[in-house]
Amino acid sequence: MNMNLTLKIWRQKNASDKGKMVDYKVTDISPDMSFLEMLDVLNEQLINKDEEPVAFDHDCREGICGMCSLYINGEAHGPDRAVTTCQLHMRMFKDGDTITIEPFRATAFPVVKDLIVDRSSFDRIQHAGGFISVNTSGNTIDANTIPINKHDADTAFEAATCIGCGACVASCKNSSAMLFVGAKVSQFALLPQGKVEATDRVLNMVKQMDEEGFGNCTNTGACEVECPKGISLENIARMNSEYLKASLKG
Amino acid sequence: MSGILNSSIGRKFAMALSALFLMIFLLQHFAINLLSVFSPDAFNDVSHFMGTFWAIQYLLQPVLIFGVIFHFVMGFVLEIKNRKARTISYAKNNGAANSSWMSRNMIYSGLAILAFICLHFYDFWLPEINTKYIQGDMSGLLANGEFRYFEELQHKFVDIWRVALYCIAFIFLALHLLHGFNSAFQSVGANNKYTKGLKGFGKAYAIIIPLGFVFIALFHHFNH
Ligand code: HEM
Ligand code: SF4
Ligand code: FES
Repeated sequence: MNMNLTLKIWRQKNASDKGKMVDYKVTDISPDMSFLEMLDVLNEQLINKDEEPVAFDHDCREGICGMCSLYINGEAHGPDRAVTTCQLHMRMFKDGDTITIEPFRATAFPVVKDLIVDRSSFDRIQHAGGFISVNTSGNTIDANTIPINKHDADTAFEAATCIGCGACVASCKNSSAMLFVGAKVSQFALLPQGKVEATDRVLNMVKQMDEEGFGNCTNTGACEVECPKGISLENIARMNSEYLKASLKG
Repeated sequence: MSGILNSSIGRKFAMALSALFLMIFLLQHFAINLLSVFSPDAFNDVSHFMGTFWAIQYLLQPVLIFGVIFHFVMGFVLEIKNRKARTISYAKNNGAANSSWMSRNMIYSGLAILAFICLHFYDFWLPEINTKYIQGDMSGLLANGEFRYFEELQHKFVDIWRVALYCIAFIFLALHLLHGFNSAFQSVGANNKYTKGLKGFGKAYAIIIPLGFVFIALFHHFNH
Protein backbone atom coordinates (compact mmCIF):
# COMPACT_ATOMS: atom_id res chain seq x y z
CA MET A 1 0.00 0.00 0.00
CA ASN A 2 1.33 3.43 -0.87
CA MET A 3 1.96 5.87 1.95
CA ASN A 4 1.34 9.49 2.88
CA LEU A 5 4.06 10.93 5.07
CA THR A 6 4.96 14.08 6.97
CA LEU A 7 8.61 15.06 6.65
CA LYS A 8 10.42 17.36 9.06
CA ILE A 9 13.49 18.47 7.17
CA TRP A 10 16.43 20.68 8.13
CA ARG A 11 16.61 23.63 5.70
CA GLN A 12 19.64 25.88 5.67
CA LYS A 13 20.42 28.22 2.76
CA ASN A 14 24.20 28.18 3.14
CA ALA A 15 26.98 27.56 5.62
CA SER A 16 26.35 30.80 7.52
CA ASP A 17 22.54 30.63 7.59
CA LYS A 18 21.04 29.65 10.94
CA GLY A 19 18.73 27.03 9.46
CA LYS A 20 15.50 25.52 10.78
CA MET A 21 13.25 22.46 10.57
CA VAL A 22 10.49 22.74 7.93
CA ASP A 23 7.46 20.44 7.56
CA TYR A 24 6.51 18.91 4.20
CA LYS A 25 3.91 16.39 3.08
CA VAL A 26 4.50 13.72 0.47
CA THR A 27 1.76 11.48 -0.85
CA ASP A 28 1.51 8.17 -2.64
CA ILE A 29 5.00 6.93 -1.72
CA SER A 30 5.62 3.33 -2.77
CA PRO A 31 7.13 1.01 -0.14
CA ASP A 32 9.53 -0.20 -2.84
CA MET A 33 11.13 3.21 -3.24
CA SER A 34 14.47 3.96 -1.68
CA PHE A 35 14.63 6.82 0.79
CA LEU A 36 16.43 8.98 -1.75
CA GLU A 37 13.74 8.29 -4.36
CA MET A 38 11.19 9.49 -1.83
CA LEU A 39 13.20 12.72 -1.49
CA ASP A 40 13.29 12.95 -5.32
CA VAL A 41 9.47 12.90 -5.27
CA LEU A 42 9.46 15.67 -2.70
CA ASN A 43 11.89 17.76 -4.75
CA GLU A 44 9.85 17.34 -7.91
CA GLN A 45 6.87 18.60 -5.96
CA LEU A 46 8.88 21.59 -4.70
CA ILE A 47 10.24 22.41 -8.15
CA ASN A 48 6.73 22.32 -9.63
CA LYS A 49 5.68 24.82 -6.98
CA ASP A 50 8.72 27.01 -7.80
CA GLU A 51 10.25 26.33 -4.40
CA GLU A 52 13.88 25.55 -3.66
CA PRO A 53 14.43 21.75 -3.70
CA VAL A 54 16.03 20.10 -0.68
CA ALA A 55 19.77 19.67 -1.23
CA PHE A 56 21.12 16.25 -0.24
CA ASP A 57 24.25 14.28 -1.11
CA HIS A 58 24.20 11.13 -3.24
CA ASP A 59 26.15 9.51 -6.02
CA CYS A 60 26.18 5.75 -6.63
CA ARG A 61 22.80 4.99 -5.04
CA GLU A 62 23.93 1.43 -4.44
CA GLY A 63 25.74 1.62 -1.14
CA ILE A 64 29.33 1.84 -2.31
CA CYS A 65 30.33 5.48 -2.56
CA GLY A 66 29.42 6.68 0.93
CA MET A 67 28.06 10.03 -0.31
CA CYS A 68 24.47 9.77 0.90
CA SER A 69 24.28 10.80 4.53
CA LEU A 70 21.20 11.91 6.49
CA TYR A 71 20.17 11.45 10.11
CA ILE A 72 16.73 9.90 9.85
CA ASN A 73 14.45 9.63 12.87
CA GLY A 74 17.41 9.96 15.18
CA GLU A 75 19.73 7.44 13.48
CA ALA A 76 22.41 7.74 10.81
CA HIS A 77 21.01 6.24 7.59
CA GLY A 78 17.71 5.62 9.33
CA PRO A 79 16.32 2.70 11.31
CA ASP A 80 17.56 -0.21 9.16
CA ARG A 81 20.88 -1.97 9.88
CA ALA A 82 23.92 -2.31 7.61
CA VAL A 83 22.53 -0.01 4.93
CA THR A 84 23.29 3.41 3.56
CA THR A 85 20.44 5.88 2.99
CA CYS A 86 20.26 5.02 -0.70
CA GLN A 87 19.70 1.38 0.32
CA LEU A 88 17.06 2.24 2.91
CA HIS A 89 13.62 1.21 1.69
CA MET A 90 10.43 3.11 2.36
CA ARG A 91 8.90 -0.19 3.54
CA MET A 92 10.69 0.53 6.83
CA PHE A 93 8.02 3.21 7.41
CA LYS A 94 4.25 3.19 7.83
CA ASP A 95 1.48 5.24 6.25
CA GLY A 96 0.95 8.42 8.28
CA ASP A 97 4.47 8.43 9.83
CA THR A 98 6.34 11.62 10.58
CA ILE A 99 9.99 11.34 9.55
CA THR A 100 12.63 13.71 10.89
CA ILE A 101 15.52 14.26 8.46
CA GLU A 102 18.65 16.12 9.56
CA PRO A 103 22.19 16.52 8.31
CA PHE A 104 25.02 14.59 10.01
CA ARG A 105 26.01 16.79 12.95
CA ALA A 106 29.62 17.34 13.95
CA THR A 107 31.86 20.37 14.27
CA ALA A 108 34.20 18.63 11.83
CA PHE A 109 31.32 18.15 9.34
CA PRO A 110 29.99 21.68 8.79
CA VAL A 111 26.70 22.03 6.92
CA VAL A 112 27.11 23.34 3.37
CA LYS A 113 23.42 23.56 2.50
CA ASP A 114 20.27 21.86 3.80
CA LEU A 115 21.26 18.22 4.34
CA ILE A 116 24.69 18.40 2.71
CA VAL A 117 27.72 18.42 5.00
CA ASP A 118 31.37 18.92 4.19
CA ARG A 119 33.23 15.69 5.02
CA SER A 120 36.61 16.79 3.64
CA SER A 121 38.00 16.43 7.17
CA PHE A 122 37.97 12.68 6.37
CA ASP A 123 39.98 13.33 3.20
CA ARG A 124 42.57 15.31 5.15
CA ILE A 125 42.92 12.43 7.63
CA GLN A 126 43.49 10.07 4.69
CA HIS A 127 46.06 12.42 3.18
CA ALA A 128 47.91 12.45 6.50
CA GLY A 129 48.77 8.75 6.22
CA GLY A 130 46.02 6.57 4.80
CA PHE A 131 48.16 5.17 2.00
CA ILE A 132 51.28 3.15 1.29
CA SER A 133 54.23 4.47 -0.70
CA VAL A 134 54.90 2.22 -3.67
CA ASN A 135 57.64 2.60 -6.23
CA THR A 136 55.87 2.80 -9.59
CA SER A 137 59.00 3.17 -11.71
CA GLY A 138 58.00 0.29 -13.97
CA ASN A 139 59.06 -2.78 -12.02
CA THR A 140 56.43 -2.58 -9.29
CA ILE A 141 56.21 -5.84 -7.36
CA ASP A 142 52.81 -7.51 -7.52
CA ALA A 143 51.22 -7.47 -4.06
CA ASN A 144 50.16 -11.09 -4.45
CA THR A 145 53.76 -12.30 -4.50
CA ILE A 146 53.96 -11.71 -0.74
CA PRO A 147 52.21 -14.50 1.18
CA ILE A 148 49.78 -13.21 3.80
CA ASN A 149 47.95 -15.41 6.26
CA LYS A 150 44.26 -15.75 5.56
CA HIS A 151 43.07 -14.34 8.87
CA ASP A 152 45.06 -11.12 8.52
CA ALA A 153 44.11 -10.75 4.88
CA ASP A 154 40.42 -11.14 5.72
CA THR A 155 40.56 -8.74 8.66
CA ALA A 156 42.40 -6.14 6.57
CA PHE A 157 39.85 -6.59 3.80
CA GLU A 158 36.94 -6.11 6.18
CA ALA A 159 38.53 -2.90 7.47
CA ALA A 160 39.02 -1.76 3.89
CA THR A 161 35.30 -2.02 3.16
CA CYS A 162 34.77 1.27 5.04
CA ILE A 163 33.26 3.70 2.53
CA GLY A 164 34.04 6.85 4.49
CA CYS A 165 30.39 7.80 4.86
CA GLY A 166 30.73 9.37 8.30
CA ALA A 167 27.79 7.56 9.88
CA CYS A 168 30.10 6.58 12.74
CA VAL A 169 30.81 10.23 13.52
CA ALA A 170 27.16 11.21 13.13
CA SER A 171 25.96 8.46 15.49
CA CYS A 172 28.62 8.96 18.12
CA LYS A 173 27.56 11.10 21.06
CA ASN A 174 31.12 12.47 21.02
CA SER A 175 31.34 12.92 17.24
CA SER A 176 34.40 10.70 17.34
CA ALA A 177 35.93 9.56 14.06
CA MET A 178 37.74 6.64 15.63
CA LEU A 179 35.86 3.89 13.80
CA PHE A 180 36.72 5.45 10.46
CA VAL A 181 40.35 6.12 11.39
CA GLY A 182 40.58 2.72 13.10
CA ALA A 183 39.47 1.05 9.88
CA LYS A 184 41.87 3.08 7.75
CA VAL A 185 44.78 2.33 10.09
CA SER A 186 43.90 -1.36 10.34
CA GLN A 187 43.56 -2.02 6.64
CA PHE A 188 47.29 -1.33 6.30
CA ALA A 189 48.62 -2.24 9.75
CA LEU A 190 47.73 -5.89 9.19
CA LEU A 191 49.51 -6.23 5.86
CA PRO A 192 53.26 -6.45 5.18
CA GLN A 193 53.11 -3.56 2.70
CA GLY A 194 51.49 -1.38 5.33
CA LYS A 195 53.81 -2.28 8.19
CA VAL A 196 56.70 -0.29 6.65
CA GLU A 197 55.07 3.07 7.36
CA ALA A 198 52.87 1.95 10.24
CA THR A 199 54.44 4.18 12.90
CA ASP A 200 54.17 7.46 11.03
CA ARG A 201 50.80 6.53 9.60
CA VAL A 202 48.99 6.08 12.88
CA LEU A 203 50.67 9.08 14.54
CA ASN A 204 49.90 11.40 11.62
CA MET A 205 46.35 10.22 11.07
CA VAL A 206 45.44 10.51 14.74
CA LYS A 207 47.07 13.95 14.91
CA GLN A 208 45.00 15.10 11.93
CA MET A 209 41.86 13.53 13.41
CA ASP A 210 42.37 15.53 16.61
CA GLU A 211 43.10 18.74 14.71
CA GLU A 212 39.87 18.41 12.75
CA GLY A 213 37.92 18.64 16.02
CA PHE A 214 36.45 15.15 16.26
CA GLY A 215 35.65 14.01 19.80
CA ASN A 216 37.13 11.25 21.94
CA CYS A 217 35.83 7.72 21.74
CA THR A 218 34.12 6.54 24.93
CA ASN A 219 33.36 3.08 23.57
CA THR A 220 29.58 3.42 23.43
CA GLY A 221 29.60 1.21 20.33
CA ALA A 222 26.99 3.32 18.51
CA CYS A 223 29.28 3.60 15.46
CA GLU A 224 29.58 -0.15 15.01
CA VAL A 225 25.80 -0.58 15.14
CA GLU A 226 25.12 2.22 12.66
CA CYS A 227 28.02 1.53 10.27
CA PRO A 228 26.60 0.42 6.90
CA LYS A 229 29.61 -1.87 6.41
CA GLY A 230 29.67 -3.45 9.84
CA ILE A 231 33.16 -2.15 10.65
CA SER A 232 34.01 -3.64 14.04
CA LEU A 233 35.14 -1.90 17.24
CA GLU A 234 38.18 -4.18 17.16
CA ASN A 235 39.58 -1.72 14.64
CA ILE A 236 39.53 1.04 17.26
CA ALA A 237 41.30 -1.18 19.77
CA ARG A 238 43.89 -2.02 17.09
CA MET A 239 44.39 1.67 16.32
CA ASN A 240 44.79 2.40 20.04
CA SER A 241 47.46 -0.24 20.49
CA GLU A 242 49.17 0.76 17.21
CA TYR A 243 49.15 4.34 18.42
CA LEU A 244 50.56 3.51 21.83
CA LYS A 245 53.30 1.36 20.29
CA ALA A 246 54.09 4.13 17.81
CA SER A 247 54.24 6.80 20.54
CA LEU A 248 56.78 4.73 22.46
CA LYS A 249 58.91 4.38 19.32
CA GLY A 250 58.60 7.78 17.73
CA MET B 1 56.19 9.53 24.06
CA SER B 2 56.19 13.27 24.72
CA GLY B 3 52.84 14.98 25.03
CA ILE B 4 50.85 11.75 24.91
CA LEU B 5 48.16 13.46 26.99
CA ASN B 6 47.71 15.95 24.16
CA SER B 7 46.29 13.26 21.90
CA SER B 8 42.80 11.83 22.03
CA ILE B 9 44.05 8.25 22.28
CA GLY B 10 46.65 9.16 24.90
CA ARG B 11 43.98 10.76 27.07
CA LYS B 12 41.74 7.73 26.71
CA PHE B 13 44.65 5.48 27.63
CA ALA B 14 45.39 7.51 30.76
CA MET B 15 41.69 7.52 31.62
CA ALA B 16 41.54 3.76 31.31
CA LEU B 17 44.72 3.22 33.37
CA SER B 18 43.37 5.38 36.19
CA ALA B 19 40.07 3.48 35.98
CA LEU B 20 41.77 0.07 36.08
CA PHE B 21 43.74 1.22 39.11
CA LEU B 22 40.54 2.40 40.81
CA MET B 23 38.85 -0.92 40.12
CA ILE B 24 41.72 -2.82 41.78
CA PHE B 25 41.56 -0.44 44.73
CA LEU B 26 37.80 -0.99 44.95
CA LEU B 27 38.32 -4.74 45.21
CA GLN B 28 40.75 -4.29 48.08
CA HIS B 29 38.44 -1.84 49.85
CA PHE B 30 35.58 -4.28 49.43
CA ALA B 31 37.56 -7.19 50.86
CA ILE B 32 38.40 -5.22 54.01
CA ASN B 33 34.84 -3.99 54.46
CA LEU B 34 33.56 -7.52 54.09
CA LEU B 35 35.72 -8.52 57.06
CA SER B 36 33.60 -6.22 59.21
CA VAL B 37 30.63 -8.49 58.59
CA PHE B 38 32.40 -11.67 59.62
CA SER B 39 34.88 -10.58 62.24
CA PRO B 40 35.00 -7.20 63.97
CA ASP B 41 38.39 -8.13 65.44
CA ALA B 42 39.95 -8.93 62.09
CA PHE B 43 38.41 -5.75 60.68
CA ASN B 44 39.95 -3.74 63.50
CA ASP B 45 43.37 -5.29 63.01
CA VAL B 46 43.44 -4.72 59.29
CA SER B 47 42.06 -1.19 59.63
CA HIS B 48 44.73 -0.33 62.15
CA PHE B 49 47.42 -1.71 59.87
CA MET B 50 46.06 0.17 56.83
CA GLY B 51 45.71 3.36 58.83
CA THR B 52 49.17 3.38 60.40
CA PHE B 53 51.61 1.49 58.14
CA TRP B 54 53.88 4.14 56.64
CA ALA B 55 54.02 2.75 53.09
CA ILE B 56 50.25 2.74 52.86
CA GLN B 57 49.77 6.12 54.47
CA TYR B 58 52.55 8.01 52.72
CA LEU B 59 52.95 6.15 49.43
CA LEU B 60 49.76 4.37 48.42
CA GLN B 61 47.30 6.86 49.87
CA PRO B 62 48.69 9.81 47.87
CA VAL B 63 48.75 7.63 44.75
CA LEU B 64 45.11 6.75 45.31
CA ILE B 65 44.08 10.35 45.86
CA PHE B 66 45.97 11.37 42.75
CA GLY B 67 44.29 8.52 40.82
CA VAL B 68 40.80 9.61 41.86
CA ILE B 69 41.45 13.28 41.09
CA PHE B 70 43.12 12.47 37.78
CA HIS B 71 40.22 10.23 36.77
CA PHE B 72 37.45 12.70 37.36
CA VAL B 73 39.36 15.73 36.10
CA MET B 74 40.22 13.86 32.90
CA GLY B 75 36.57 12.75 32.74
CA PHE B 76 35.48 16.38 32.77
CA VAL B 77 38.12 17.38 30.22
CA LEU B 78 36.97 14.65 27.82
CA GLU B 79 33.32 15.54 28.35
CA ILE B 80 33.97 19.21 27.53
CA LYS B 81 35.97 18.30 24.43
CA ASN B 82 33.31 15.88 23.28
CA ARG B 83 30.58 18.47 23.66
CA LYS B 84 32.61 20.89 21.55
CA ALA B 85 32.80 18.28 18.82
CA ARG B 86 29.05 18.74 18.23
CA THR B 87 27.76 22.21 19.01
CA ILE B 88 24.40 21.84 17.23
CA SER B 89 22.51 18.88 18.59
CA TYR B 90 20.02 16.74 16.71
CA ALA B 91 16.35 17.66 16.83
CA LYS B 92 15.67 13.95 17.12
CA ASN B 93 18.24 11.48 18.41
CA ASN B 94 17.56 7.83 19.14
CA GLY B 95 20.57 6.94 21.27
CA ALA B 96 18.91 3.85 22.71
CA ALA B 97 18.85 2.31 19.22
CA ASN B 98 22.60 1.80 19.16
CA SER B 99 24.12 2.13 22.62
CA SER B 100 23.45 1.45 26.29
CA TRP B 101 22.18 4.08 28.72
CA MET B 102 25.25 3.46 30.89
CA SER B 103 27.66 4.20 28.07
CA ARG B 104 25.93 7.46 27.19
CA ASN B 105 25.78 8.74 30.76
CA MET B 106 29.22 8.02 32.24
CA ILE B 107 29.61 11.67 33.19
CA TYR B 108 26.39 11.59 35.27
CA SER B 109 27.10 8.28 36.99
CA GLY B 110 30.61 9.65 37.55
CA LEU B 111 29.27 12.87 39.09
CA ALA B 112 27.10 10.82 41.44
CA ILE B 113 30.18 8.83 42.49
CA LEU B 114 32.11 12.06 42.99
CA ALA B 115 29.36 13.40 45.25
CA PHE B 116 29.53 10.15 47.18
CA ILE B 117 33.32 10.34 47.50
CA CYS B 118 32.93 13.81 49.03
CA LEU B 119 30.43 12.48 51.56
CA HIS B 120 32.60 9.44 52.21
CA PHE B 121 35.67 11.61 52.85
CA TYR B 122 33.66 13.76 55.22
CA ASP B 123 32.40 10.65 57.01
CA PHE B 124 35.60 8.65 57.37
CA TRP B 125 38.69 10.24 55.91
CA LEU B 126 38.54 13.67 57.57
CA PRO B 127 37.82 12.30 61.09
CA GLU B 128 40.65 9.80 60.57
CA ILE B 129 43.10 12.53 59.51
CA ASN B 130 41.92 14.65 62.44
CA THR B 131 42.46 11.91 65.02
CA LYS B 132 45.78 10.73 63.69
CA TYR B 133 47.58 13.77 62.37
CA ILE B 134 45.94 16.74 64.09
CA GLN B 135 45.20 15.26 67.54
CA GLY B 136 48.26 13.06 67.08
CA ASP B 137 46.55 9.92 68.40
CA MET B 138 48.02 7.04 66.44
CA SER B 139 46.93 4.38 68.95
CA GLY B 140 43.69 3.49 67.16
CA LEU B 141 42.15 2.88 70.59
CA LEU B 142 39.02 4.01 72.36
CA ALA B 143 39.00 5.20 75.98
CA ASN B 144 38.08 1.65 77.04
CA GLY B 145 41.21 0.28 75.42
CA GLU B 146 39.48 -1.37 72.47
CA PHE B 147 40.11 -0.60 68.81
CA ARG B 148 37.88 2.23 67.58
CA TYR B 149 37.44 1.29 63.90
CA PHE B 150 34.56 -1.17 64.09
CA GLU B 151 32.79 0.95 66.66
CA GLU B 152 33.05 4.03 64.45
CA LEU B 153 31.87 2.10 61.42
CA GLN B 154 28.74 0.85 63.19
CA HIS B 155 28.03 4.30 64.52
CA LYS B 156 28.11 5.79 61.00
CA PHE B 157 25.49 3.41 59.66
CA VAL B 158 22.87 4.10 62.32
CA ASP B 159 21.48 7.03 60.35
CA ILE B 160 19.06 5.68 57.73
CA TRP B 161 19.60 8.70 55.46
CA ARG B 162 23.29 8.09 55.24
CA VAL B 163 22.67 4.41 54.50
CA ALA B 164 20.19 5.41 51.78
CA LEU B 165 22.68 7.82 50.18
CA TYR B 166 25.37 5.15 50.24
CA CYS B 167 23.04 2.64 48.59
CA ILE B 168 22.03 5.08 45.84
CA ALA B 169 25.68 5.92 45.18
CA PHE B 170 26.52 2.24 44.79
CA ILE B 171 23.79 1.85 42.21
CA PHE B 172 25.45 4.62 40.20
CA LEU B 173 28.80 2.93 40.71
CA ALA B 174 27.32 -0.28 39.28
CA LEU B 175 26.00 1.63 36.26
CA HIS B 176 29.40 3.31 35.81
CA LEU B 177 31.24 0.01 35.92
CA LEU B 178 28.77 -1.91 33.75
CA HIS B 179 30.05 0.17 30.88
CA GLY B 180 33.43 1.15 32.28
CA PHE B 181 34.98 -2.23 33.05
CA ASN B 182 35.03 -3.51 29.48
CA SER B 183 35.45 -0.03 28.06
CA ALA B 184 38.77 0.31 29.85
CA PHE B 185 40.20 -2.73 28.05
CA GLN B 186 39.07 -1.41 24.68
CA SER B 187 40.71 1.94 25.52
CA VAL B 188 44.10 0.40 26.21
CA GLY B 189 43.87 -1.34 22.87
CA ALA B 190 42.88 -4.83 23.98
CA ASN B 191 39.95 -6.32 22.10
CA ASN B 192 40.67 -9.97 21.50
CA LYS B 193 39.59 -13.42 22.58
CA TYR B 194 40.84 -12.81 26.12
CA THR B 195 38.96 -9.57 26.66
CA LYS B 196 35.87 -11.08 25.08
CA GLY B 197 36.14 -13.81 27.73
CA LEU B 198 36.42 -11.06 30.36
CA LYS B 199 33.09 -9.51 29.36
CA GLY B 200 31.05 -11.75 31.64
CA PHE B 201 33.51 -11.24 34.48
CA GLY B 202 33.26 -7.46 33.98
CA LYS B 203 29.48 -7.52 34.22
CA ALA B 204 29.69 -9.71 37.33
CA TYR B 205 32.26 -7.39 38.93
CA ALA B 206 30.14 -4.33 38.13
CA ILE B 207 27.10 -5.81 39.84
CA ILE B 208 28.51 -7.96 42.65
CA ILE B 209 30.98 -5.47 44.14
CA PRO B 210 28.57 -2.50 44.45
CA LEU B 211 25.82 -4.85 45.64
CA GLY B 212 28.25 -6.19 48.22
CA PHE B 213 28.89 -2.67 49.52
CA VAL B 214 25.13 -2.13 49.74
CA PHE B 215 24.82 -5.36 51.69
CA ILE B 216 27.56 -4.30 54.14
CA ALA B 217 25.94 -0.90 54.71
CA LEU B 218 22.53 -2.48 55.33
CA PHE B 219 24.06 -5.19 57.52
CA HIS B 220 25.56 -2.64 59.88
CA HIS B 221 22.41 -0.55 59.86
CA PHE B 222 20.34 -3.48 61.08
CA ASN B 223 22.94 -5.00 63.44
CA HIS B 224 24.16 -2.37 65.80
C1 HEM C 1 35.12 10.41 41.07
C2 HEM C 1 34.11 10.45 40.28
C3 HEM C 1 34.15 9.87 38.91
C4 HEM C 1 33.88 10.56 37.78
C5 HEM C 1 33.48 12.02 37.66
C6 HEM C 1 34.04 9.64 36.69
C7 HEM C 1 33.83 9.96 35.37
C8 HEM C 1 34.15 9.15 34.32
C9 HEM C 1 34.04 9.52 32.94
C10 HEM C 1 33.54 10.85 32.40
C11 HEM C 1 34.48 8.47 32.21
C12 HEM C 1 34.68 8.47 30.72
C13 HEM C 1 33.57 7.87 30.04
C14 HEM C 1 34.04 6.83 29.08
O1 HEM C 1 35.23 6.79 28.72
O2 HEM C 1 33.20 6.04 28.70
C15 HEM C 1 34.83 7.42 33.13
C16 HEM C 1 35.29 6.18 32.76
C17 HEM C 1 35.51 5.14 33.63
N1 HEM C 1 35.40 5.19 35.01
FE1 HEM C 1 34.91 6.78 36.07
N2 HEM C 1 34.40 8.42 37.17
C18 HEM C 1 34.48 8.50 38.53
C19 HEM C 1 34.82 7.50 39.43
C20 HEM C 1 35.12 6.20 39.07
C21 HEM C 1 35.42 5.13 40.00
C22 HEM C 1 35.45 5.27 41.53
C23 HEM C 1 35.67 4.02 39.24
C24 HEM C 1 36.04 2.63 39.66
C25 HEM C 1 36.08 2.17 40.83
C26 HEM C 1 35.53 4.39 37.87
C27 HEM C 1 35.71 3.55 36.82
C28 HEM C 1 35.68 3.92 35.48
C29 HEM C 1 35.97 3.05 34.39
C30 HEM C 1 36.33 1.58 34.48
C31 HEM C 1 35.88 3.83 33.22
C32 HEM C 1 36.12 3.38 31.78
C33 HEM C 1 37.46 3.83 31.29
C34 HEM C 1 37.57 3.77 29.80
O3 HEM C 1 36.57 3.75 29.09
O4 HEM C 1 38.69 3.74 29.31
N3 HEM C 1 35.19 5.72 37.79
N4 HEM C 1 34.62 7.87 34.41
S1 SF4 D 1 33.53 3.08 9.63
FE1 SF4 D 1 31.49 2.59 8.78
S2 SF4 D 1 30.24 4.34 9.40
FE2 SF4 D 1 32.35 5.01 9.62
S3 SF4 D 1 32.90 5.99 7.69
FE3 SF4 D 1 33.51 3.81 7.48
S4 SF4 D 1 31.72 2.81 6.57
FE4 SF4 D 1 30.98 4.80 7.31
S1 FES E 1 24.67 7.20 -2.74
FE1 FES E 1 26.53 6.00 -2.77
S2 FES E 1 26.37 4.97 -0.87
FE2 FES E 1 24.46 5.98 -0.97
